[in-house]
Amino acid sequence: MPSKTSRASSRPPRANAKPPRVSDEVALSHYRQMVLIRRFEERAARAYTEAKVGGYCHLNLGEEATVTGLMSAAQGSDYVFTNYREHGYALARGIEPGRVMAELYGRSDGVSRGWGGSMHLFDVNARLMGGYGIVGGQIPLATGAALAIDYRGGDEAVLCLMGDGTTNIGAFHESLNIAALWRLPIVYVVVNNGLGMGTTVEESSAEPELHKRAASYRMASARVDGHDPEAVREAARIALDHARTGKPYLLETISGRLKGHSVVDPATYRSKEEAALLKEADPVAAYAVRLHERDALSDEAIAEIDAEAIATVAAAVDFADASPHPDVSTLFDHTYATPVTNDSRRLPGDALYPAEPKPALETNGARA
Amino acid sequence: MSVITYRQALHDALRAEMLRDENVLLIGEEIGKFEGSYKITAGLLAEFGQKRVRDTPIAEEGFTGAAVGAAMLGLRPVVEIMTINFSLLALDQIVNHAAKIYGMFGGQATAPIVIRTPGGGGQQLGATHSQNIELYYAFVPGLKVVAPSTPADAKALMLAAIRDDDPVLVLENLALYNTKDEVPDDVAPAEIGKAAIAHPGADITVVAYSRMATVALEAAERLAETEGIDVEVVDLRSLRPLDRETVVASVRKTNCAVVLEDDWLTYGIGAEIAATISDGAFDWLDAPVRRVAMAEVPMPYAKPLEAAAMPSLDDAITAIHQTLDAANRP
Repeated sequence: MPSKTSRASSRPPRANAKPPRVSDEVALSHYRQMVLIRRFEERAARAYTEAKVGGYCHLNLGEEATVTGLMSAAQGSDYVFTNYREHGYALARGIEPGRVMAELYGRSDGVSRGWGGSMHLFDVNARLMGGYGIVGGQIPLATGAALAIDYRGGDEAVLCLMGDGTTNIGAFHESLNIAALWRLPIVYVVVNNGLGMGTTVEESSAEPELHKRAASYRMASARVDGHDPEAVREAARIALDHARTGKPYLLETISGRLKGHSVVDPATYRSKEEAALLKEADPVAAYAVRLHERDALSDEAIAEIDAEAIATVAAAVDFADASPHPDVSTLFDHTYATPVTNDSRRLPGDALYPAEPKPALETNGARA
Repeated sequence: MSVITYRQALHDALRAEMLRDENVLLIGEEIGKFEGSYKITAGLLAEFGQKRVRDTPIAEEGFTGAAVGAAMLGLRPVVEIMTINFSLLALDQIVNHAAKIYGMFGGQATAPIVIRTPGGGGQQLGATHSQNIELYYAFVPGLKVVAPSTPADAKALMLAAIRDDDPVLVLENLALYNTKDEVPDDVAPAEIGKAAIAHPGADITVVAYSRMATVALEAAERLAETEGIDVEVVDLRSLRPLDRETVVASVRKTNCAVVLEDDWLTYGIGAEIAATISDGAFDWLDAPVRRVAMAEVPMPYAKPLEAAAMPSLDDAITAIHQTLDAANRP
């Protein structure tokens, strides 16, 4: 195992040493967004321990700056495909926090009507084209969405998000190759948080500087500090502009994952020192300090924004809790979009052919 | 009405749909310049251009998934997977994605793609190119699987598959491509999910699909001529959904059944048919349901071994005789 990671050697200098790249107004909206994601995720984790949320639940904690910067760069008409670590993207696409929380709660007012849960948020109006649960599964789909845009001569682009571990799956390479050959309007974003579950990038990737993999497809690429929302936004804008001219792009963001892989993972594979470093680099706190230093954010505003976020999330929880569970009578509503003869609507205990009166035996053995 | 091959019928359906709907495009390996491994797409690149007839790299997962993603935005891609064996490379995109898009997001998105792919065997193609694994897809709710055995059905089911809003796998067959039959010039899209009585009869039911449905018809014709046995052939045409009613109604009339299938017997399509008959016609049965299926081996190359592994017309006729014997109706 390498003793020095490529992440450490290429990590950009401290965020608060950087000059502003956006107006104070945009910066504040970034900060609000980041705090909302932070508070939402913390509340989602609590709801999980309260057994209000089931299944798997993966949080964007530590990735708030990345999520905010990426979504701030995208147009409303652009399409976003992501994986299962996705609550923040849904919020940043402007979906009502209550509808996101209701999906986590499995309720009928959830963004996916309770059919998807935490991993499968979808909202066609927000052009959030789904969270996907199979690592890399979203990459061919996103590539196809870019094909559809190109086919129709549209000026939208696709943002396809994935984790660092995903760059080792075949679908990643097949899709980047296809996108480059067909000159599709798509930006692949590797959200490198250093860990695929418990496996580090260096342990899983022979070329750990993941953005360099684009070279195999003669695709432009860049790596950016994922703790800096302004840098992420700028890098994503460059990438999207590139993509809109028919040149797909690979962007890698470097951030940390503050907690375990999912809410049930205590992350015992991490040292205390590593955890302490992550806390120190907390992107939400770092951005507050940075905005404070440039007089864009007062202590009062920090408290106010936090209180607002907590109130928004509390309202989202109330909305989710009040939303009805999906009715069992809707169980067979979403198997097929085009109704089809002989579609099975059998419940587990139902007989295919409920017992009927037996046919009468005639004397010659023939049956009625 | 014209007499055309199964290959021509598929080609004509693709061309007609491309002319009708500009959202229809073809995606696959060697379908354009090479005109398709089995020439179904011959001439279409020249007629429609590269935008609508897309040659792909050898990347089944990548291009099948791309077709699904394009379908989510409203295109209607028809994907050719060179043989069903290679569909395994796209299994994740077909089973974990195409089949789930509509349900997983609560009905907000559809994935109207068609996957065309031939099964086969009997051409000395060896273990990895002779499989009939349609069961893998017929098992999955959210997918539709159709398996035409005649040129007319090939055209009608392909038209239906392209117009359907769900992912549909159209199972073609290498041995059927050159078969010829009458196809009405104005054939309408078929109703997916319906079996057909390909040959009415009173003595015994033979259930089959794809190539084995043609074997079933041959058996029916020969037995009618030589022995006066009146075989009813049920051609399933659709493997998911499965038309249980037509199968059960036939067996309630004939009181015995044989299933012919080109896949492996254990857990195969025939097992589902036999279970359906047990559920729906138990008290009508005069003999156990008999299955004729592929020998359970990786397909060998050598001709005598391959021939021994594959179900034949003689196997079908023997099974029909033995089932009638078991029913005490020689």
